[in-house]
Amino acid sequence: MFDSQKVYSGSGNSPGHGSDKIQEVEIADLRKITQAVKNCYGYDFTEYAMSSFKRRIQRILELYKLPTVDHLIKKIETEKAFFEEFLPEITVNVTEMFRDPSFWREVRDHIIPNILLNHETFSIWHAGCSSGEEVFSMAILLKEMGILDKVNIIASDIDKPILSKAEKGEYIIKNMELNEKNYIRFQGTSTLKNYYEEKNGKAVMDQSLIKKVSFRNYDLVRGGVFNKFDLILCRNVMIYFNQNLQNSVLKKLHESLFKYGYLAIGSKESLIWCEIANKFIVVNNEEKIYKKIKE
Amino acid sequence: MSQFNVSNIFKAVVIGGSAGSFQGITKILANLPENFELPLILCLHRLKHVRNGFVEALSLKSVKPVTEPIDKESIRKGKVYLAPANYHMSLELGHSFSLSTEEMINNSRPAIDITLETAAYVFKEKLIGILLSGANRDGAMGMKKIKDRGGITIVQDPSDCMIDTMPRAAMELTKVDYVLNTQKIIDFLIELNKQYK
Ligand SMILES: C[S@@+](CC[C@H](N)C(=O)[O-])C[C@H]1O[C@@H](n2cnc3c(N)ncnc32)[C@H](O)[C@@H]1O
Repeated sequence: MFDSQKVYSGSGNSPGHGSDKIQEVEIADLRKITQAVKNCYGYDFTEYAMSSFKRRIQRILELYKLPTVDHLIKKIETEKAFFEEFLPEITVNVTEMFRDPSFWREVRDHIIPNILLNHETFSIWHAGCSSGEEVFSMAILLKEMGILDKVNIIASDIDKPILSKAEKGEYIIKNMELNEKNYIRFQGTSTLKNYYEEKNGKAVMDQSLIKKVSFRNYDLVRGGVFNKFDLILCRNVMIYFNQNLQNSVLKKLHESLFKYGYLAIGSKESLIWCEIANKFIVVNNEEKIYKKIKE
Repeated sequence: MSQFNVSNIFKAVVIGGSAGSFQGITKILANLPENFELPLILCLHRLKHVRNGFVEALSLKSVKPVTEPIDKESIRKGKVYLAPANYHMSLELGHSFSLSTEEMINNSRPAIDITLETAAYVFKEKLIGILLSGANRDGAMGMKKIKDRGGITIVQDPSDCMIDTMPRAAMELTKVDYVLNTQKIIDFLIELNKQYK
């Protein structure tokens, strides 16, 4: 957990957020916050990585113009509606379609063909799907392979509001520029424009892409194993956890995979220092794709 | 006789750079003592969606290989680390790196402020922060944090910069310890390294 050391935000400016207020978030404060959240709502952030968690808290203090951490704790404890806004702010939801195009090419050209060698139909879990860009990327990939209807997809996230965004599949037009660039580098067979319509300044995704996707509000920290999958994507989620929590979440992901199922993590994450690393083999080190080889 | 007031208390060096810093950083890496003791942690603005190529370009003439840390990788002596594309790079108290995809800060990801500020938090007065050429204000706040926590701050001499906005922003925000051209920064690092021998 957090050391008993002072977290200093000097003049009160968290990077880039140019407020002049004096705010000092100490590790003891972070502990108090996670404790209050745990007591009132059950969510457990005690083992989130300290650096980003502290920035999220500073950001919330500024966003809601809360002068001290105690004000924040009071609000958490007394206002359920506030907590519902707090939760998606505390997590990091930034995502894109076809993030790391070379990863998606690998999935299309090697991973899925390999799964198809032994299975007519198979299942995929997006653990930490955020606003759904990753899910739509997968659906487009599967559609272009002609196997979208053969795949069961579960997409989950800890945040309810972000999940409903995913289900809606409406994105800011401006973001589509980057998504389109990624799609081109993924070398899809079409153009991304064929998968959405512009309506009221929004890109509205083709709903038929996700008609078989089931969205679930699921907390990787507290949730139990609920199903088995052939492929799990848990990308850029565990980076927000400390190593201890990474280990325990990884055990769950391992249990949720069929033997010889695949696990994909973010391109700057690794399993090498996890306790159960020996139960996986590396399939592609550059794209961080692993295969479960032992129960 | 020493031209810089250095000792062997330091545990790490962080360098931030943006537009116009490539030349400077390449020169620094090419002239680093081979046995440079401290971890050298680089946060340079770079193309967000180009994952490969930059490390290779920096390594080409560097005395030491440049690597991008994996999330939660430990910070080791004598290594050169570079913030990966499209991730913020923080330091954690147990002396490891954490990566994050948080919102851009100062229009950047990686943001220099994040790396500098978390490094200042972890290493306190045992940190040396260096800010090179750049066209925006990223890194200025981080340099202030380093200074506030008792570390040493160095900016590239504006007259030596291709674009001096970044070092100037830091100089406005805090009283930096040294204003040095690239060659002097190298001299500083060489002198620093002697303290460990
Ligand atoms: C940066 S996004 C990653 C989105 C996508 N996988 C990608 O790589 O672009 C991280 C997501 O993890 C979710 N998350 C954080 N903690 C979680 C937890 N304990 N259980 C489930 N999801 C969590 C956040 O809500 C957020 O949507």
